[in-house]
Amino acid sequence: MSADELAGGWALLKQLRGDALGLGKAARSKRSATLTPRIATADRVVKSICPYCAVGCGQRVFVKDEEVVQIEGDPDSPISRGRLCPKGSASKQLVTHEARETKVKYRAPHATEWEEIELDRAMEMIADRVIDTRERTWQHTDEDGKLLNRTLGFAHLGGATLDNEENYLIKKFFSAMGAVQIENQARI
Amino acid sequence: MGSNMAENHPVGFQWVVEAKKRGAKVIHVDPRFTRTSAIADRHVPLRAGSDIAFLGGVVNYILEHGREFREYVQAYTNARVIVSDDFRDTEDQLDDVGAAQSGEAGCRAGGKPTGLFSGFDPDSGSYDVASWQYKGMEVGASAGQREQGASVGEQAHGSHGGELDHGEAPEEDETLEHPRCVFQLLKRHYSRYTPEMVERVCGVPREAFLEVAEALCANSGRERTSAFCYAVGWTQHTTGVQYIRTAAIIQLLLGNIGRPGGGILALRGHASIQGSTDIPTLYNILPGYLPMPHAHETTNLDLYADRNSPPAGFWGNTKAYVVSMLKAWFGEAATPDNDFCFDHVPRISGDHSHYQTVMDMLDGKVEGYFIMGENPVVGSANSKAHRLGMANLKWLVVRDFTETETAAFWHDSPEIDSGETTPQDIATEVFLMPAAAHVEKDGSFTNTQRLLQWHHKAIEPPDDARSELWFMFHLGNLVRRKLAESSDPKDRPILDVTWDYPTHGSIQEPDAEKVLEEIGGWDADGQPLSDYLPLRDDGSTACGCWIYAGCYGDGVNQTARRKPGSEQTWVAPEWAWAWPMNRRIIYNRASADPEGRPWSERKKYVWWDPDEEKWTGEDVPDFTPDKPPDYVPPEDAEAQEALRGDEPFIMQADGRAWLFAPNGLTDGPFPTHYEPQESPFENALYGQQSNPARQQFLRPENPYTPSDGAPGAEVFPFVLTTYRLTEHHTAGAMSRTLPYLAELMPEFFCEVSPELAEQRGLRHGEWATIVSMRSAVEARVLVTERLEPLTVQGRVIHQVGLPYHWGRIGYSKGDAANELLSIALDPNVHIGEYKAATCDIRPGRRPRGKALNELVERYRREVNVASRERSEG
Repeated sequence: MSADELAGGWALLKQLRGDALGLGKAARSKRSATLTPRIATADRVVKSICPYCAVGCGQRVFVKDEEVVQIEGDPDSPISRGRLCPKGSASKQLVTHEARETKVKYRAPHATEWEEIELDRAMEMIADRVIDTRERTWQHTDEDGKLLNRTLGFAHLGGATLDNEENYLIKKFFSAMGAVQIENQARI
Repeated sequence: MGSNMAENHPVGFQWVVEAKKRGAKVIHVDPRFTRTSAIADRHVPLRAGSDIAFLGGVVNYILEHGREFREYVQAYTNARVIVSDDFRDTEDQLDDVGAAQSGEAGCRAGGKPTGLFSGFDPDSGSYDVASWQYKGMEVGASAGQREQGASVGEQAHGSHGGELDHGEAPEEDETLEHPRCVFQLLKRHYSRYTPEMVERVCGVPREAFLEVAEALCANSGRERTSAFCYAVGWTQHTTGVQYIRTAAIIQLLLGNIGRPGGGILALRGHASIQGSTDIPTLYNILPGYLPMPHAHETTNLDLYADRNSPPAGFWGNTKAYVVSMLKAWFGEAATPDNDFCFDHVPRISGDHSHYQTVMDMLDGKVEGYFIMGENPVVGSANSKAHRLGMANLKWLVVRDFTETETAAFWHDSPEIDSGETTPQDIATEVFLMPAAAHVEKDGSFTNTQRLLQWHHKAIEPPDDARSELWFMFHLGNLVRRKLAESSDPKDRPILDVTWDYPTHGSIQEPDAEKVLEEIGGWDADGQPLSDYLPLRDDGSTACGCWIYAGCYGDGVNQTARRKPGSEQTWVAPEWAWAWPMNRRIIYNRASADPEGRPWSERKKYVWWDPDEEKWTGEDVPDFTPDKPPDYVPPEDAEAQEALRGDEPFIMQADGRAWLFAPNGLTDGPFPTHYEPQESPFENALYGQQSNPARQQFLRPENPYTPSDGAPGAEVFPFVLTTYRLTEHHTAGAMSRTLPYLAELMPEFFCEVSPELAEQRGLRHGEWATIVSMRSAVEARVLVTERLEPLTVQGRVIHQVGLPYHWGRIGYSKGDAANELLSIALDPNVHIGEYKAATCDIRPGRRPRGKALNELVERYRREVNVASRERSEG
């Protein structure tokens, strides 16, 4: 029987015996010996980028049974070298947390409650409203007869966690519709 | 400065720590002592809102002591250019204009210069920049300069390198001695920004200031470089753009631009906020910083191209960039005969920015609003104005992970609590659409270093959650289908827009790589572009965003490159892709001397190889690759060909960096210290109290506190500043809803000094109510020496620090600090002043319901009484 076993696995003793930070063998126990890390049993690892600040830390997303089981820093990234801050480290919860909305909610004029509606129906309703508003508020020219080709009837405000491709489609399509009040967190 | 990097960009801060280990000196100049200060060699607290006075002091120190990097300044900046005889600096008394300004509170010229440049029109509150020009040059107007000014300001577009016209070169003095050359004007402009003045204005003891100024000078030059890191602590002021300009002047004087270890590094706060500017969802620009067409100034393509194409530099190709974008947007419909569908793009005619749009909502001019991944009720100044504005809409679409305070405005708000309004009163239809997370979609983020990094989809989004890509694509399909039979000319752009992206999967997600490919563009043969040089104005090339040309070079998604950092050089050029052309440091030609040799062996980066006859080095040269240092352009040269071989600033019309900005700015060619909109102090330097061109919204929803000297200012005696924490993210929708983060940082708090706590009876851990002219909020009291009282103008000033992440929803709830702030904007970019305001603070929780309004009303009355007494007295 080794000295460690004699000590009954006391972490403090083990720590004193050469693991000052308590992050190595001192943290081991019979139970921990039977555990496997979530990342070891993942079906695949997908490369990603942290969605919080603009440093752009590399992330490795571990997927098992089509669910995200862990998100860790990517050591390959020359920017972050595998590190993540508290927000980046918590980003698995951003995907999996229980409060996440997954259905469309609709609130009718003057209503006191939300109601759940189908996605397709919501999309149809939104398309109708944006077309109607545009029709009602279209400005072909100004008082000097100068071309405007626009509507000030609807506006857009985007967060800055949207992808470039998403911003591109927003700017492209809303501009084609004649909207100019297309704005972003970058202004805030 | 203006940043708490260790807490807000912690993983980026590892490189500061690395630099420190290798001998770098780290200085943190910021109102609060934070973990950044703890790592720094020196923390210098200063009063929020006084940074230009501090930085101007550094400029003065450099020039007074001859510490500039002379060769760099002479060769690469406009220091030697002579400015028009009509130009008057703030140091020149402008009593006539000053007298006309007397209506404005705080303009007391007694003994001090008024603080205005020539060209100010007090009626419109804006400048005519005609007198700011170079001597001997006819300078054309630019699209970006129309309607400058506070009330109708279209955002000036400074990046167009100055609309320096064809014709005569400006008059110059290479000795930098001419009294009207930029260098001498600069010296004079900052001559009163002495260490004593810095102490008076900023509350920074002169010894501390001198230590910083000397450290910057000592660590700059041929052998060494210094960098500035800043964040929204600099941008969010009514003088925010000029904060950055002051740093630019310092860095140019010290030769710290375009060189390794130098620069002015914007630490941006969101994963793709840089991308949101490059491919803008911003009203005033098109992708790649092309201005939006203006109803009066750029009525057709040729006018647009002409006004936005200076005679020299890469903006000379503006027509090629915009025509290629129109080809990407409108495909075959865009032909030479119809100006490539230029008229399909809507026109701007003034300020259509975020806050102006909120005002238009209040006035009932806006029917619909799309909000995607944004929570303005918490994240924008004056929350109540936003809620009242949204209550005037017909419809609102919010796309987010959870019900945000913005989505909930109609049933959960202080106005509902107080009974001012009820859900039954609010007619707005609201759609709350669940969004997909970053791991549930493909796409690229552009980080703060201009690096496009691809994130791969790992799993499908749950239920009806969808990406914004999906939402826009399918909304576009629906609108196009509904209008398919229309012959109305106004529907033509919608039907002509190229919208044939392939989709995949059961949810028909559009192929994000195909969108990226369009952004990156195609050459005349339909092959993906490797860079923007092949772009033409004849419609043969198509490119969604010219500065991103090459992100899909060789038909490969360059943004998804992930060669491990450990297997590359320190520049790591094969990790992801940087715009433009994968350059990691822009203007890097300036890392070599005019002859093309590195300034020093220690700081070599990009240099001219005379044997190979090309530029080479650690990075992709930001210069025409085979243009020799001694190149002199022929008379008829245009665009980049018209720049000399020793002019590194290739986006500028004169190839030089501007110490003095003859145009592009709405509030002065030199940065000047003005007090914030709300300040407990008078402007010690000038008669003009605040930025004369700042944008204000004078209306009942947005009352301002009087500034120093004006009656009622004393009702709100403390400086208020807002900021972020490591454990939360901006308006909280991505952090207050996460159990881990909510637990780590569970409650809204205010930071106050022990002295202020004593003065106001605040106790650590208990509640305080913070009051402004707009509202009152409650927060837990954190009594800490981290917020040191400062002595400014002989008076002790206390600052109150408030993190702004909280709202009414989530695991961690609290009042939103932005309820307190007013909407007062920088006139160049319409960004608000969130970093410096005035407030009062008192012990205890805030009143509930109606009583909250009554409290705020009492404060307002006190201001009004003071105001009346003053006018009667």
